[in-house]
Order: sequence, then C-alpha cells, then structure tokens
Amino acid sequence: MSEAKVKDKAAKGPEAAQEIAALTGNEAVAMAMKQINPDVVAAYPITPATEIVQIFSNYVADGLVDTEYVAVESEHSAMSACIGASAAGARVMTGTSAQGLALMWEMLYIAAGLRLPIVLADVNRALSAPINIHCDHSDTMGARDSGWIQIFSEDAQEAYDNTIQAIRIAEHPDVLLPAMVTMDGFIISHGMEVVKVLPDDTIREFVGTYNPKVKLLDVDTPRTFGPLDFTDFYFEHRRQLAEPIAKAKEVILEIGKEYGKISGRSYGLYEGYKLDDAEYVLVLLGSTAGTAKTVVDDLREAGVKAGLLKIRVFRPFPYDEMAALLEGRKAVGVMDRSDGLAGLGGPLFGELRSALYESKNRPPMKDYVYGLGGRDCGPALIRQVFDELLEIGKTGQVKERFTYLGVRE
Amino acid sequence: MGRLIEIRWHGRGGQGAKTAALLFGDACLGAGMYMQAFPEYGPERMGAPVASYNRISDEPITIHSAVEKPNVVVILDPTLIGSVDVTKGLDDDGVVLVNTGEPAEKMREKLKLNGQKLYVLDASAIAMETIGRNIPNTPMLGALVGATEIVDFNHMIEDTEKKLQKKFRNKPEVIQGNLEAIRKAYEVVKAQKG
Repeated sequence: MSEAKVKDKAAKGPEAAQEIAALTGNEAVAMAMKQINPDVVAAYPITPATEIVQIFSNYVADGLVDTEYVAVESEHSAMSACIGASAAGARVMTGTSAQGLALMWEMLYIAAGLRLPIVLADVNRALSAPINIHCDHSDTMGARDSGWIQIFSEDAQEAYDNTIQAIRIAEHPDVLLPAMVTMDGFIISHGMEVVKVLPDDTIREFVGTYNPKVKLLDVDTPRTFGPLDFTDFYFEHRRQLAEPIAKAKEVILEIGKEYGKISGRSYGLYEGYKLDDAEYVLVLLGSTAGTAKTVVDDLREAGVKAGLLKIRVFRPFPYDEMAALLEGRKAVGVMDRSDGLAGLGGPLFGELRSALYESKNRPPMKDYVYGLGGRDCGPALIRQVFDELLEIGKTGQVKERFTYLGVRE
Repeated sequence: MGRLIEIRWHGRGGQGAKTAALLFGDACLGAGMYMQAFPEYGPERMGAPVASYNRISDEPITIHSAVEKPNVVVILDPTLIGSVDVTKGLDDDGVVLVNTGEPAEKMREKLKLNGQKLYVLDASAIAMETIGRNIPNTPMLGALVGATEIVDFNHMIEDTEKKLQKKFRNKPEVIQGNLEAIRKAYEVVKAQKG
C-alpha cells in the first residue's frame, strides 16, 4: 500500500480532510472495508480479487478492525457463511470474481430472497471457457436477475466511494437487499492511481451501525428464516422483492447526494459526459468510460457533438432515465463488455432498447460487444464506433444491429 | 508539464519492472501530480519478458487502456532487444534508457533509433556494487528521473526511502544500497545530458 499520502492542500470544504493516496482498485476497496469495519467477512480468494480479502485479512490480523474473518473452502461456502451471519444480524461483506461469483450463484438468489443486505465487491473477470483471468462483465451479468443491486465503477476512486455507499443502500429499511460493487479486473483492480480517502471517523459516522429490525439472533422473538414456500406463498414472497428494487433507485440517489456532502463527490444512477447537447452518444459501463471521455474531448475539439452516458447502476436499471436521455439523439452506440449470446448483442443493449420502446423519437442504435477476456479497448477503437455513429446519423440506417469490436474474424 | 507523459518499462519477471513503475508513480503523486502505475499481466514467470507502465500528468487521468505510444521507454534487460519490440510506438522525440555496459552508439544501432534521445548505463553493475544483487530497477528509476526530470530528484529519493523502509523493515542495508544505486544512476545520466 502506498506511503505517499498527502493532504489535498488546495481543497476546501469536505475535500480538505481527505488524504490523497496512490492505491490500486483492490487496495482502495480493502481500505473502504477497513473503514466500514464490518462484523463478518467470509471469503475465498480468486484472481484478480484476491488482494481485497488478503489485505483485509491483514487488517483483521493486525487488530485494525473488529471483524470476524471466516476463511472458507469455496465461494459457495463464502456466500453461505455471509448469509448465515447476515441473517443473524451482522453487517457482512465479501469479495470475489468470475468463477467465484458463478459458484456463489444459487446462494446469491437466497441472499436476495431473504432480504439480507450483504455487500460484495466483484472484480469483473471473464468466465471460462476458455480459462481467462482478465476483464469483462460476463460474471456480474450472470447475476443480473438475482435480486442484487449492481453498481459499476469507472476507476479506483469510484470503487472506494461505491463500496461505502453500498452499505447504506443495502441496509436502508426501504431496500434491505444485497448489493454488489464492481470494478474492471486488472485495469482497475491492479492499476495504481490517485484516490482520495476520507477519514476513518467520517466513514464510520456515515455508515453508522446496522440494527436490523428482524434477525435470527433475537432470542426474545424467535423466528424462522428461509422456510419452505409451496404454491401457497412463494409467489407472494417473490412478488414482494419487486418493491425494494423499485424503491432502491430513490435510495441510491439520496445516499449518493449525502455522500457528496461528506466527500465533494456526488453520485447518481448514471454520469453524463458532455451529454446535454450531444448528437452522437456512447453508452457503456466501467473503466472504458474514462478512455471514452478522452475520445469525446477530441471529437468535441473537431466540432463533433459527441457525448458519453456511463451507467453506474445496472440493477435496478434506470429505464425511464435512459429513455429520456437517449431519445432524439442522431445515433446511439452501446458498448457491451459481455455477450448476451441471445442473438442480439449484449445485455446492456437489450435493456436500452427495451427502455426506448415507448419513445416517440427513438434514436438509431447499434451494439458493439468489445473487450472480452481483457482485450484492450483504446481510443482508436472507440473512435471507430463514433465514426460509424456519424455515418448512421447521416443515413439514418443501421446496417447491422450489433457487431463485435476489436476481434479477429 | 501540461501534457500526459506515458512511460513503458521492459524487464524480465523478477527484475522489478512492476515495482519500479509503482515507486515512480508514488513519487510523482508525492510531488502533486496525477499518475497511474500498472503492470501488463500475462504469463508471469521468473525471467519471462514483462512490461509495466506509468501515466503522469498535471490533470486527472481518465484513460484506462494500454499505453500504445510511450514517450519514454526504460529497458531493464538488454537481452530483450531483438525478441521484444521495445521501441514499439515510440515517437522520434521519445526517450530511451537502457541498462547496458555497451556504448551508446552501438545501442542506438541495435535499437534502430532515429532522433530519439538515448541514455545508457550499466545499472546491473551499479546494483551489484551497491545492493549486492542484480536488481536493476531502482538504479533505472534514478536514471529515469535524471533523464526526464518529471519529478524532483530529492523528492523522489525521499519517497522511495519511505516506501523501502516499509518493505525492508528488517534489512536496513538493502534500503541504503538501493538509495545509493538510485543516486549513482542519476549522476551517470545527468553527466550524459551534459
């Protein structure tokens, strides 16, 4: 971990108290977990997320946190232990990636179904086969219908900020759902960059303590968790899950604003970059957004009204907001860092097309599946997308609805 | 320095290319700059060719793709030349630093350089002399600062000392050796600048 921590001398207000540190994404998330000081962490290491729980286990060993660290024999057990601890009434966190998240799959649904506000840091990595350790979003896309809130991060700063906010979002009485915060494998998890770290006290005060109304370890009011529901009640219970997911949007906005007050960095459901008057808009998730911003800058200098729409919250998906932001544009390019293998591009494309169904002024739209298994996506590739969007804008014609970007055919 | 500076480190697994990038990034941050330091992850084996990168700027850095057109290339191991395209993407106004005992003219020929600035130094010999092991990354760090002056030398050496103190708590001689290596390499390159 970096020694180069300096106070931000130029900063005023809430930013003044922050330390500027050189951290990798994994270090930033481990730092956030230390400041949150959860009751229980149960985890199994997997590349590229290993460092998160490795660094955190050092904090536990050094007595810097009060956390009970449960070393388990698999990710399935990790999530199972998280579920048990969370049901007991503890504040619980874990971290994983790719195959690890896939192995948790059945337990992810149980965590959501039991309304347990577990916070999971997922380092986005491709799923096998072929085996690969590098970034794409297939792992968390596989969990998109599990009932978890999903928040994507562009860089290490956002991974840190999102992890802290996820605690408040998940534990909010109107929500009570598990939440996963993601960052791009290696690109962010292992890249060291500048991160502003808030004081421990500020974070502890922000996250407060978790006092669930209903918990297993309440001997005065014994309850059963996870009983059998047949045709009589299963549907009602699953129907109830739609309520907190719907309410989560408001809560995420509220917490994002409150976090802005302590940090100077407010968060919403998405980030628009030079979006207001943009005619050609790119929509994507994660670290490529940062690279795309430099391309948008270049295009703006050349007189092209380019803009970027980075989605932060993928679950719940901001359908109405996306429709309002995208209708009427000359052309919209969607970049999916996973393939839906459904016959029509990636999952983000599907959501956006669905969002725009009722719009009277639907923009022409094309999907680009890119970056699978860590394939680099630099400014030249993004420029290629914008060039096509300009052509689509001119002709109004989308020749093919989706394509693969940066692949050898 | 208004623009973005991109640096590529070439080495072999075990020579400390990743650590050098991290130390340099840390020093730049300490001097109030924005920075990125990241390794290229591939088949990581002792002795296999590896690369790591820095981006340095006065402005926040949002780009998160690979460094394709470095301004500076630092070569920790001259045996990579020929098997790895170490000057790939380097502009004519770029800077190359090579750890080698060979003279600059010969190295310029080997690397097929055009107008790029070239600095050569025997960082391995410096490392053997000061640290007692052929770990050329810290001397090359000193050479980089000498050649580019991206960060103040004294600032860098203070930052590196702090970082090494944490890493080698029980081996103070390693810390002094590394700092001496950085100083020597810095002086060699400064002399070449004339």
